[in-house]
Amino acid sequence: MNAKDIHQQVSEIIADQLDVQCEDVTPDKSFTEDLGADSLAIVELVLALEEKFDVKIPDDEVDRIKTVGDAVKFIVDHTKA
Amino acid sequence: MGALSPLGIGIAENWRRLCAGESGIGPITRFDTSEYPTTIAGEVRGFDPTRWIAKKEVRQMDLFIQYAIAGAAMAVADAGLEQSPPADLERYGVFVGAGLGGISTLETTIAALREKGPRHGISPYFVPAIIVNLAAGQISIRHGCKGPNLSHVSACSTGAHSIGEAFRTIVHGTADVMIAGGTESTVSPLGVGGFCSSRALSTRNDQPTRASRPFSASRDGFVLSEGCGILVLEELGHARARGARPLAEIVGYGLTGDAHHITMPPPGGEGAQRCMKMALRDAGIAPEQLGYINAHGTSTAADAIETHAIRAVFGAHADKLAVSSTKSMHGHLLGAAGGLEAAISVLAIQHGILPPTINLDDPDPACDLDYIPHVARAHQVEYAMSNSFGFGGTNAALIFRRLEP
Repeated sequence: MNAKDIHQQVSEIIADQLDVQCEDVTPDKSFTEDLGADSLAIVELVLALEEKFDVKIPDDEVDRIKTVGDAVKFIVDHTKA
Repeated sequence: MGALSPLGIGIAENWRRLCAGESGIGPITRFDTSEYPTTIAGEVRGFDPTRWIAKKEVRQMDLFIQYAIAGAAMAVADAGLEQSPPADLERYGVFVGAGLGGISTLETTIAALREKGPRHGISPYFVPAIIVNLAAGQISIRHGCKGPNLSHVSACSTGAHSIGEAFRTIVHGTADVMIAGGTESTVSPLGVGGFCSSRALSTRNDQPTRASRPFSASRDGFVLSEGCGILVLEELGHARARGARPLAEIVGYGLTGDAHHITMPPPGGEGAQRCMKMALRDAGIAPEQLGYINAHGTSTAADAIETHAIRAVFGAHADKLAVSSTKSMHGHLLGAAGGLEAAISVLAIQHGILPPTINLDDPDPACDLDYIPHVARAHQVEYAMSNSFGFGGTNAALIFRRLEP
């Protein structure tokens, strides 16, 4: 799976979870500032990403994932090619 | 007012079917009932939560909260408060409770916990999805109600207690406007199974529309149902000052405890008697002034006890009273029952029509009042009472008065 595929899949999960349009899910978008997520929505999103990509996102990492790009980068860095 | 029940979505559809004497009871569709002695219930049909709730929020809350949000939105719109909310939001409150709360979400979460473990099995929204007071909380968030916010829990009396307590809160001077009532959704394996285990439900599975038959000799238990009934209560001067059109006036509230048994009333219904008397005293009216009682009448053995209690309170006037159990049509909405039945009592006064008790083909000799059998009756009453009695021996009675248009 390449970075582009991951971005697409992450975007689809985000769009579904946060009920936003997939094309609005661009790397620079902040979950809380731009996409209307609260702290519980972020937890739910993290759990969905963990299930989809079979990774574990530790809580201290979650605190550093602020944007769509941060989430995609974490998944890319932690999934085996 | 706002309502959802097996009879329909919205006050107008509920009232139309109540006046037509129709039943909303049918086979359970939510889960496989093959191992259950009861396979029928009153399910709300055709409910699309996204009419009232953003799609992403729907999965964050149990159905009982979704019903409360929908019912409150209807009530607020009906009261003309949607476009122009009360000026002082700190005097705008919400008392909407439930008997059991998010039991079906609890069931599905326990199953997911077993399958996926605690990290992936439990949603971060689990707690706010199931706790009872999120009914009142969600409504307050949506309508900006910064006044008193509570969810009373008193089993099948919840809706009536919520309205009675809201009435008192306004009378006490703490609020001008209150959104009040009950909501419930327990048509789930555990909800139905729990009442099956206590042998409380009708097993007339082959005749769903005839299963809820209050006061009949052949009644064999209540029919579990779901929905909500929510009213807007407002201080009369406050309502008139903003040009609102009041539907009726709430004038009396009684509440008592049986101090007797966890599920059964005492044989003489003394707790119910004291409750009705307290409501009459609170309203400042003589028993002879009451014209209609929307009975608790669940289609269980307790119907005879309520009948006895009504006779004890009203004496000779009991034979002139019109009494009906609309549960014969909408089933038993548990914590929402008192909310829906308060709304029906108001509608009866407003329209001068008393809804019937259907399925009363064979009256129990111990149930010998005028139950408005089978068909609705055109009759204008000045005062109507709604009775609600719950497990734990908790009773509530509300009295409404006609207002000149």
